[in-house]
Amino acid sequence: MSKVLEIKDIHAKIGEKEILKGLNLDLEPGKVHAIMGPNGAGKSTLSKTIVGHYDVEVTEGEILYKGKSILDMEPEERALEGIFLSFQHPVEIPGVNNAYFLRTALNAKRKHEGKEELNAAEFLREMKKYLEMLGMKADMISRSLNEGFSGGEKKRNEILQMLILEPDVIILDEIDSGLDIDALRAVSEGINLMKDGKRSFLVITHYSRILDYIKPDYIHVLKDGRIIKTAGPELVAQLEEHGYESIVEEA
Amino acid sequence: MAQEEINKAVSGEYALGFEIDIETDVVPPGLNEDTIKFISKKKEEPEWMLELRLKALKKWEQMTEPTWGHVTYEPVDYQSISYYAAPKTDGPESLDEVDPKILAAYEKLGIPLEEQKQLAGVKVAVDAVVDSVSVKTTYQEELQKYGVIFCSISEAIRDYPELIKKYMFSVVPMTDNFFAALNSAVFTDGTFVYIPKGVRCPMELSTYFRINALNTGQFERTLIVADEGSYVSYNEGCSAPMRDENQLHAAVVELVAMKDAEIKYSTIQNWYPGDEEGKGGIYNFVTKRGLCEGENAKISWTQVETGSSITWKYPSCILKGDNSVGEFYSVAVTTLAQQADTGTKMIHLGKNTSSTIISKGISAMKGQNTYRGLVKIGANATGARNYSECDSLLIGDQCGAHTFPYLESKDTQGQVEHEATTSKISDEQLFYLRQRGIDEESAVSMIVHGFCKDVFNQLPMEYAVEAKALLELTLEGSVG
Repeated sequence: MSKVLEIKDIHAKIGEKEILKGLNLDLEPGKVHAIMGPNGAGKSTLSKTIVGHYDVEVTEGEILYKGKSILDMEPEERALEGIFLSFQHPVEIPGVNNAYFLRTALNAKRKHEGKEELNAAEFLREMKKYLEMLGMKADMISRSLNEGFSGGEKKRNEILQMLILEPDVIILDEIDSGLDIDALRAVSEGINLMKDGKRSFLVITHYSRILDYIKPDYIHVLKDGRIIKTAGPELVAQLEEHGYESIVEEA
Repeated sequence: MAQEEINKAVSGEYALGFEIDIETDVVPPGLNEDTIKFISKKKEEPEWMLELRLKALKKWEQMTEPTWGHVTYEPVDYQSISYYAAPKTDGPESLDEVDPKILAAYEKLGIPLEEQKQLAGVKVAVDAVVDSVSVKTTYQEELQKYGVIFCSISEAIRDYPELIKKYMFSVVPMTDNFFAALNSAVFTDGTFVYIPKGVRCPMELSTYFRINALNTGQFERTLIVADEGSYVSYNEGCSAPMRDENQLHAAVVELVAMKDAEIKYSTIQNWYPGDEEGKGGIYNFVTKRGLCEGENAKISWTQVETGSSITWKYPSCILKGDNSVGEFYSVAVTTLAQQADTGTKMIHLGKNTSSTIISKGISAMKGQNTYRGLVKIGANATGARNYSECDSLLIGDQCGAHTFPYLESKDTQGQVEHEATTSKISDEQLFYLRQRGIDEESAVSMIVHGFCKDVFNQLPMEYAVEAKALLELTLEGSVG
């Protein structure tokens, strides 16, 4: 199979407004796809559409994951099948212990895959190895989920979840926004750890900065609800220099 | 997200709505002097108690039912209620004499009445009350070795008249309010606890109230006295069959904590809540108050309220002793068509007294949840401190949350802090959890548990487990 995710002529609305207007995109296994584009182009709507967010109404088109349509699947089913979204703004859930939440999520996935559930001790061992790498303080796992976390801590926590859940398609929605250089490095290290030649990444970003750390295989330019150009990593330099307008003209 | 899905998730299931199939002695409906005399005679009470009851009846007849609560319900016809109902086996002395059907019912409720059936290490003494009588009290002998008195209130009136005369009505006066006066006249059973000086009660004490008979009310009265330097943790639970008509539960609880004593009082209230249209369910009109009589006394109320169609209760603390401490931790859930008006009163009289109020209200479907609390700081209560936090969580858009905090301060030095929040389970929170593979019901329950955590942490371990399970059952229909 050469495509893990196939997005075919997707039209999607949020409220009354059509945001995606016939978007086509294929993700290849083991590849890093970067989506770049100006504000309001539909980048976040694309990620919401893939994970089945309530806000999005798909009016036309199809999304196949490993050859199967996912548009009728509940968000949790898509997650259990291996689609992961690192949120741009991870929500705070007071009183819900971070470790407890993560273990529940992991065990839901393990159960779905017919594996034994992990007990608390096994789980903590599993998690500990990632904490240090991500530069997360040990107390962050005993705090309430994202509550009072700084922007950088929230993003590291997203990456921790990704590492624990080992998804097959990983969507990173502006993972680099609001990160200082140390956090950016830690987060990138986590992402690179997941690159195993099989998993696919969809990196949605405004800036080329993160792409210095996570080497993309493809750059897709999203504008006005459509992918208007796909090229290799060399496109980043052109975008840096000439902006999105240059691409539009070319297309 | 579709509203029906949420409703399905929170419409709950009342698992304890069965009826115990036993023969019952029931007095005909109606309330007059003869009813009182009948109850007093059934309880083999001394003359002085009967006189107090009759006095209370006279007072009650002159009082009117309060209407200030943020609740609406059909008026109660006090003459159509039966005020005494008892399983047809009188005053059993040993377990062998308790009707096996009652034992089986308590077993089903998760309350074993056979001492040897309890797990080693987590001994809990139980007073089991069915309708108007205590049917069994466990571990009495073992507790007696420590000088701890744990018995039904009827027994206490006969066996410990001096303690009863001294403390009953001392915290909640007979005429305190309409329902307290009614209770004072007609109270049937409930629990009496006395912890002697310096004794730390060696096990958890508890009472489990079961309304079973049709068309009756339950009017229990509980009195706990903790003498100097003593400690007791007491828990109460309750349930009732599912019936289409409303049943009245009007209880009074009085706590007295002497110098350096501590009483921890936990309630898991699970009376039948009625149906989605508001049909049936228990009217839960309860007066609970504790007196910190001596210095450094501490009274802590923890309540998890998931049942009843109408709830009207304000477990309160009178902080009379200097440095005494009052606490109120509450989770109140209203779903279906339930209405709750609940909160607390913290009355600071002594110096350097402190109180904490943590109230968590959860409303779903057509539930209406009101927090009503009073913090009163008296003229001599220098250095008094209060911290109040009242949070409301709304699930869906037909329910409501209301907060009425009152503050009366005569001492300008007092420190009073009040925080209140109202939040909705947001689609974003739910979506976040679902995107991690957690199904919707589990996600709702995770968010609700997180919201209630500060209160659940106050419950004794085995009850915290029960409370979580109960919350799940109330809010999640299919779980359990």
